[in-house]
Amino acid sequence: MDVEVPENVVVGKLDALASWCRKNSLWPMPFATACCGIELMATGASRHDVARFGAEVFRFSPRQCDLMIVAGRVVMKMLPVLQRIWLQMPEPKWCISMGACASTGGVFDTYSVVQGIDRFMPVDMYVPGCPPRPEQLIQAIIDLQDKIQREGTLNAREFLTPQRQSEKRALLQILPGETVPRPKPLEIGLAGAPSSRN
Amino acid sequence: MATQTLDKLKARFGELAWTYSENAASGNRRIVVPADQLAAYLEYLKVECGFDLLVDVTCVDYLHYRGAKDRFGLVYCLANTISGERLIVRCFLNEPDLTVRSAVPLWEGANWMEREVYDMFGIMFEGHPDLRRILLPDEFAGFPLRKDYPLRGRGERHNFERITREKS
Repeated sequence: MDVEVPENVVVGKLDALASWCRKNSLWPMPFATACCGIELMATGASRHDVARFGAEVFRFSPRQCDLMIVAGRVVMKMLPVLQRIWLQMPEPKWCISMGACASTGGVFDTYSVVQGIDRFMPVDMYVPGCPPRPEQLIQAIIDLQDKIQREGTLNAREFLTPQRQSEKRALLQILPGETVPRPKPLEIGLAGAPSSRN
Repeated sequence: MATQTLDKLKARFGELAWTYSENAASGNRRIVVPADQLAAYLEYLKVECGFDLLVDVTCVDYLHYRGAKDRFGLVYCLANTISGERLIVRCFLNEPDLTVRSAVPLWEGANWMEREVYDMFGIMFEGHPDLRRILLPDEFAGFPLRKDYPLRGRGERHNFERITREKS
């Protein structure tokens, strides 16, 4: 059966359209803890101008963001904060691990520095460098845009709210009167440490 | 002015109780005092000798250090803001008695610096108004700037909930 398509009409999938909207309007959450944050600022400034790729609206409220950029080293005291901010961001959301420290701990192989945030939270894109040039970060954003377009929203993670909300609250372990999730007590002696990686 | 302070100290504490040394290159002047009398020395230096500014409080762990007899060296850096004179006061501490009198009653600024020394080395400051960890999380066990603490820690940096895509 032939369906006549009128002039100036394009037929496509709604999923592709939604992905196209999302990838060209990323709102980054700048989690800048070190010198990578300076490069992140340079990326947002006029010389490199990340607005060319639709990601210029840096927001400091996780509720308004969908792209977390972890720029800099994360220490064990900061990690619960980072996780909480990640959980507060609404779906759909993505994460860029910017620089050597966020990705691997970098040169800071000490007791307090987390050896790569991907051990404790999901990461979509890694940017090498110490710190990376703004061009590298822009390349990561372009690659992430490809990934968003490719993956689409077929899983519809962002629409499964009621059950997921309760799970999230349980994960945060929010007690009455507390504003920051209480980190689990440290059990000295590698109780919770992954055995395969250091 | 420099010898004046030393003369005063000699008159007050005698000549044998403390030792004086000077670094010619840096010009640092330092005295080593007995740990149990540290507070008395600091008070005398502040009240009688005019050292009104506590520049820094820090500590050195001499474990495995060549020729060292004592474990910890506690360091107070003082300055006289009128004359510009500076003096480093040190005392040595050994386990298990790692307690000295706090300098907070003399200099309010000693509060956080002594907390940091406690946080990193486990030196206890008697009479400190609020002696708890300042940099590390409260749950942290151990004192990481001690030389017998492993550089990569004891697993503290791994002990967190793992948040996956499904959970978040």
